[in-house]
Amino acid sequence: MVGPHGGKLINRVLKDKAEVLKHENEFEFIKVNTDVIREVENIAFGVYSPLEGFLNKEDFESVLNRKRLANGVPWTIPIVFDLDDKVAEKLTKGQKIFFQYNNKPVALFTIEEKFNFSKDEYASKIYGTTDIKHPGVQRVQNMNNTLVSGKIDLISSSLTEFQNYYLHPKETRVLFKEKGWLDIVAFQTRNVPHLGHEYVQKAALTMSDGLFINPLIGPKKKGDFLDKVIIDAYKTLTNHYYLKNNVVMSILQSTMHYAGPREAIHHSIMRKNFGCTHFIVGRDHAGVGDFYHPFAAHRIFDEFPDLGIIPLFFRSFSRCTKCNAIVNDKICPHPQKYHINFSGTKIRKLLSEGEVPPSDLMRPEVAETIIKEDKIFVE
Amino acid sequence: METDKVTIKIPRVLYNNLKEIISDTGFSSVNEFIVYCMRDIAASGKITEDDKLTHDEISLIKQRLKKLGYIE
Repeated sequence: MVGPHGGKLINRVLKDKAEVLKHENEFEFIKVNTDVIREVENIAFGVYSPLEGFLNKEDFESVLNRKRLANGVPWTIPIVFDLDDKVAEKLTKGQKIFFQYNNKPVALFTIEEKFNFSKDEYASKIYGTTDIKHPGVQRVQNMNNTLVSGKIDLISSSLTEFQNYYLHPKETRVLFKEKGWLDIVAFQTRNVPHLGHEYVQKAALTMSDGLFINPLIGPKKKGDFLDKVIIDAYKTLTNHYYLKNNVVMSILQSTMHYAGPREAIHHSIMRKNFGCTHFIVGRDHAGVGDFYHPFAAHRIFDEFPDLGIIPLFFRSFSRCTKCNAIVNDKICPHPQKYHINFSGTKIRKLLSEGEVPPSDLMRPEVAETIIKEDKIFVE
Repeated sequence: METDKVTIKIPRVLYNNLKEIISDTGFSSVNEFIVYCMRDIAASGKITEDDKLTHDEISLIKQRLKKLGYIE
């Protein structure tokens, strides 16, 4: 099985919680939001291996400038904890604080370092733009001015409403081994599946032992499909159209950064930690608007021959009425006029009006599942 | 003077062989080729002893996977 990123699968879930909670009256509490807890859980469960906490200044600057941690291990998205200046200035190196969520101490944070950063530099280097219309830039501009680094230890996990689909890297690694899979291809998604997605997944699955469908659960932008809708749609698709022993679906709780190429590398690293050997990268992966070249997320992999997970690049795909099949630009000789694109906008419009899209765009069972939901989109 | 690089010695014969292998490739030096190979190995590294799960831990994970319907 592929080794975890950086060589060690991190586990920072406290074994002796009672011992730590003895200090409940002694350590300070900082209230944190869902975004922070999501990052904390990903660190603790090893999704972000080899990270053991929030980035320090040296690693942060290295990620911005070199797309690698200070020790040279590929890493493209800063995992940081920002804090209000006034709160941060009272904290000292080595101090332990509790992260509080839903009025409970959920993690222990050991302060390592505090530092300031330039928001414009952050945005420009990670997103390639400082345009406030970019959702990632907006988030950076809304951050506090101080970043605080340090290791975290998870006390309790209770974030997701989708516990039955929440597997951690150590669990997927046992699962893949149990299934006897060696070549495992991961598919990242934040959408409901249409036939184009199914084609890509099955093309990749044909050359591997197992498919790991890993929908990203977490805050998305207005108009994106709701998490429950994505999960239910995939459940229906895999039940009807996949061999049970060749596919696994489990969620990933993470924030979409819309960082295009950099995020494609980040997505690959997380899937490597789950034990996957291959990762599907589509057109404009993790992009938004026209901020990135449609294939920038393919090209960036040239900079990372040492990534340790193999990208599988897919370009555009469509239905060719002449071939009577789903095709891509490498395999179909027919001109554009014979091609019907899998238009997300069209599918979205039909679904929002309660209509089932044509069966050559979306499986009817999947469409029925979606339109039965009370709400489909993020408002 | 302390730098962020160290020198590693390899046999001269091996060096010469590698030099021949990389000629007419994208690698501009043996050093670059070795760094490329070593990074690849380091990135796909081995799970250390600490990461290995105990028999009981594996058993618990399998129970959960079974309960959730991932395995039979």
